Amino acid sequence: MSVRVRVIPCLDVANGRVVKGVNFVDLKDAGDPVEQARAYDAAGADELCFLDISASHEARGTIIDVVRRTAEVCFMPVTVGGGVRSPEDARALLLAGADKVAINSAAVARPALVGDIAERFGSQCVVASIDARRRTDGEGWEIFTHGGRKATGIDAIEHALNLTRLGAGELLVTSMDRDGTRDGYDLELIRTIADQVDIPVVASGGVGHIGHLVDGVTQGHASAVLAASIFHFGEATIADAHRALAAAGLPARSH
Amino acid sequence: MAERVALIDYGAGNLHSVHNALKAAGAASIAVTDDPAVVRAADRIVLPGVGAFAACMGGLSALPGMIDALEARVLGDKVPFLGICVGMQLLADRGLEHGTQQGLGWIGGEVRPMEATATIKVPHMGWNDVAPVAGAPLIEPGEAYFLHSYHFVAADGADVAAVTDHGSPVTAAVARGNILGVQFHPEKSQAYGLGLLRRFLDWTLP
Repeated sequence: MSVRVRVIPCLDVANGRVVKGVNFVDLKDAGDPVEQARAYDAAGADELCFLDISASHEARGTIIDVVRRTAEVCFMPVTVGGGVRSPEDARALLLAGADKVAINSAAVARPALVGDIAERFGSQCVVASIDARRRTDGEGWEIFTHGGRKATGIDAIEHALNLTRLGAGELLVTSMDRDGTRDGYDLELIRTIADQVDIPVVASGGVGHIGHLVDGVTQGHASAVLAASIFHFGEATIADAHRALAAAGLPARSH
Repeated sequence: MAERVALIDYGAGNLHSVHNALKAAGAASIAVTDDPAVVRAADRIVLPGVGAFAACMGGLSALPGMIDALEARVLGDKVPFLGICVGMQLLADRGLEHGTQQGLGWIGGEVRPMEATATIKVPHMGWNDVAPVAGAPLIEPGEAYFLHSYHFVAADGADVAAVTDHGSPVTAAVARGNILGVQFHPEKSQAYGLGLLRRFLDWTLP
């Protein structure tokens, strides 16, 4: 078998607590991040993603502590995103036990940051995270920041290719049109990017059931699939996801 | 007295994860160290590593007396040694990342870039098979987490202890005597990885 399709539960964390927005901005407390991470580690998640959505700079320190405590008890790869603005921010997370850092808004403001972090810590730990919406005229996609509320005018595909050239080791592509809708990934967006880059692409935004994960790979050409609520609310297990991928003829871990 | 495991601290990133995993695997006494004297007294040695070959080799070389101490203890006294990811790649003669860099040269070979294709993505990122060759020490068949863009091409196939597949066969582990190097990350490979670390901690050589 070849390298497995990775199934990645994503935990949104604010002020050291797990939250998940049903519509991205409506937040619902769902518990302690370390306990949830342990549960996913035990369930055989292929990786875990923490997205720090703390509003204030002061609250940012709490994610470092969450990562450190998680790394003491979980033995799986962890990606941390949200508020990474400098190589020093990346370093603090990596030292705490993160394996990869996801860079989003700061790479919109200054794409060279991706290269700065890749040069110091290696491309393998740099995830370029992209939030995109389909343009209203239907022609392509545009990068949005601030949780999908602020348009930037930047073409999403060009931005993805640029961050890849600058040294990203992976792309996390989120459709802000789909996020929280449960209608499935924006497969055309994912595929358009995945077909043009050599690095792995993680599909994100909109998963409503297990079949969407399979679509992300078979139709979106993603190497990994990220989801939140279907796992958090117990609608599906990691093993269900692996079984569905395997049933579709895709490489997935056995349980 | 508990065995002393030396975990080499040369600025190579995944130190804490490896430390946590060794603890979980049952190591009683782990010294996270950049001190050659500690290495010379260690019963087992672990060399972690993430990032670029040149940066890691540079970091190791920058510790005065460290490479000499490692060679005395591993090549001379033959204590069990485990290299992880770039810590495994450093065993080679040279790495071809950002020009040619000298490695430790304990196991003959070169560290070369992996080639991406339409269907093969690089970095090789994720869980993949570990298929041990007959007689390989400590390695059991299973699935482990890989994260790398360069791979170890051994000069002598007899040094390859396990392979995986990423478009073509890729070295998953190299071994010679008391030396084991794994390309994958046991500290990130859940039960499979902790099992390997447990066997390393129990490894007794004839």
